[in-house]
Amino acid sequence: MTVVAYALAVLAACLALGWLGRLVAQRLSGNAPRFRDMPLAVAFGHAIAAAALGLAVWVYFRPVVTEAGIPRAGVMFFRWAVQGLAIAALAGFLFRLAGRHLGPDASRRMFRDMPLTAAFGILTVLTYAVVALFAAQLAPHGQAEIFAQVNVLPGGNPATGGNPAFPLGTDQIGRDLLSRLIYGAQNTVGIAFVTTCLAFFLGGTLGFLAAALGGWLDQVLSRGVDVLMAIPSLIFALLLMTIASAWAGSEKWLLTVYMIVIIAVIDATRVFRLARAVAMNIVVMDFFEAARLRGEGLRYLIFREVLPNAQAPLLAEFGLRFCFVFLTIASLSFLGVGIQPPLADWGTMVRDLAQFINFAAFSPLTATLPLLAAGAIALLTVAVNFVVDWMLQKSSGLRE
Amino acid sequence: MPGVLNIILQRLALGLLTLFVVSIVIFVAVNALPGDFAQVILGQGATPEAVATIRRDLGLNEPLVQRYFGWLAAILTGDLGTSFAQLNFQSSMGGGNLKTVASQIAPRFANTMFLAGVTAAIAVPLAVGLGVLAALYRGTVFDRVTNIFTLSSVSSPEFFLAYVLILFLAVLNPLLPSLSNIYDGMALGARLKATMLPALTLTLIVLAQMMRMTRAAIINLLASPYIEMARLKGVTPLRVITRHALPNALAPIINVVALNLAYLITGVVVVEVVFVYPGIGQLFVDAVKIRDIPVVQACCLIFAAAYILLNLTADILSILSNPRLRHPK
Repeated sequence: MTVVAYALAVLAACLALGWLGRLVAQRLSGNAPRFRDMPLAVAFGHAIAAAALGLAVWVYFRPVVTEAGIPRAGVMFFRWAVQGLAIAALAGFLFRLAGRHLGPDASRRMFRDMPLTAAFGILTVLTYAVVALFAAQLAPHGQAEIFAQVNVLPGGNPATGGNPAFPLGTDQIGRDLLSRLIYGAQNTVGIAFVTTCLAFFLGGTLGFLAAALGGWLDQVLSRGVDVLMAIPSLIFALLLMTIASAWAGSEKWLLTVYMIVIIAVIDATRVFRLARAVAMNIVVMDFFEAARLRGEGLRYLIFREVLPNAQAPLLAEFGLRFCFVFLTIASLSFLGVGIQPPLADWGTMVRDLAQFINFAAFSPLTATLPLLAAGAIALLTVAVNFVVDWMLQKSSGLRE
Repeated sequence: MPGVLNIILQRLALGLLTLFVVSIVIFVAVNALPGDFAQVILGQGATPEAVATIRRDLGLNEPLVQRYFGWLAAILTGDLGTSFAQLNFQSSMGGGNLKTVASQIAPRFANTMFLAGVTAAIAVPLAVGLGVLAALYRGTVFDRVTNIFTLSSVSSPEFFLAYVLILFLAVLNPLLPSLSNIYDGMALGARLKATMLPALTLTLIVLAQMMRMTRAAIINLLASPYIEMARLKGVTPLRVITRHALPNALAPIINVVALNLAYLITGVVVVEVVFVYPGIGQLFVDAVKIRDIPVVQACCLIFAAAYILLNLTADILSILSNPRLRHPK
């Protein structure tokens, strides 16, 4: 209850501050219309924003260690978050600057009117791709390599229980966490990418076929997809994984293959819906009718007439679908039924390291371990979302 | 009104039909298990006689179609079967009271509904309020900050948000418990406190879309002539929104709220596991791990039913609130 009372008091203070601030601004600016017509609610909002900013600055510059020598974890986390955000913004800005002056004309033009979020998103996606492709070269150790040093704390400082050979420490059975994090990019992102491609191949082909041929094929496929979509996707995936785990038995790698197929089929239903809807608009066009009357084959119709005209929405859908697939796989792995050991993946890492979060008060670095793996997942989905947002805005802007 | 009633009945029938087909899908999927249930229950070292007994007890010797209708009939009378874990326990310990799947699920279902209710109570007013504010002050710093914040929160995995909340609200500032210890006969206040962190996590997940839809719906309306009229006659901006824009934007908002509550059904699984919340999602995941088919089947059916029901509600409400849909040509 004291928390609620405290919050109410702060809000009341903000209201008073807003009223006072508006009054002062009115006097100082000679009753400029901007301040004269400002509703109290807006002044209140500005006061809250100012208070939040002041609080943020105050927290940021607090000493990270108390007089008694205990680390202030909250302050440390806040500093890392602010610095991370600043670095991200700077990296996105520099990347956009570089894109504007380097490379071919077309890409330079593309970078010219790109928002900062999109530049950051593209940079992040590229970084992930590089890490995933060259994981074997980047990682200091193998993903399943087991060392004698177990439970090494992160930081690499022997005085605090670290080890310079393992910058992020090792887990309960002595695997290097940095290597597993890097290999996680390869496994988690790679598997999600393969799954999305498979889902697009399945859903796109069937969707185009249903639209181009129509008739009973369209009816059967559409009704089937309707039924499959009536079951929430994560629930359906869990049900099918139960059965797949019985089929796979003790062959763990087989279970991962089954998971790819299961998620691909479930997500293909969503792709089917979009592909069919987009293709439906194309097959009623004159050029399609002309091609059909020319006697072109089905393959020509789909690949030469429908596909090129459906590219933009399908590309945006690919980005969003990848996010969903990626999150589903991460969730399944987190629940313990997704990607199986010895493959390193982020979802499983979060689950295995989750308990470390309770050490935040005395060892902030250790507590970041589960958040690092979970944050790696979050960062990629946010980045893809930024890029897709920009692409959609651009394509809709061109159409207007 | 008979037209409306007809449409609603039509939708209800369609929903029931979907549920029926979904139950077939679930049943067929489960029967695609290798070997048979009897083998799964008893494990590798079972004697052929024991397997035969269980087969007979479970009626596995009958044809598939007959078994399906038997299963369906049992469900309609509230009998969801007996969990394998319980059967196994009974066969090894002998006798004892068998807990049916229905009696296992019932209290957990109530817990999950409580969690969903608390989430909705926080998320819906917050989303509509933020959406109205973002529409009112669109293009300002406030609008952009909420936009980026909600976009980031909706694209993060549920467990990331959950652990960040645990870190700040349970570990660094011990305000709320990080494990939801819910038991029978708990006082409402204590129960709310234990439910708060999972509910906040779910709120963050569903908030973004609801807020964005509210904002988009209101901005759409702000361009219409009657809003211009209201503004010209000197109505304050807040009153323009609450009196003139919001009532007309209600249809899309109600729709997106119902759809997001349907999305909660999926989100609840991961969140319940993180917070060890004794709900149906956790039961489901545990059953998946030990391959307890009757429980998996029942949970799946309940999730699907809730999902279909909420989608149906969204559909019907949007028809009711939109005269153009109420009188189809």
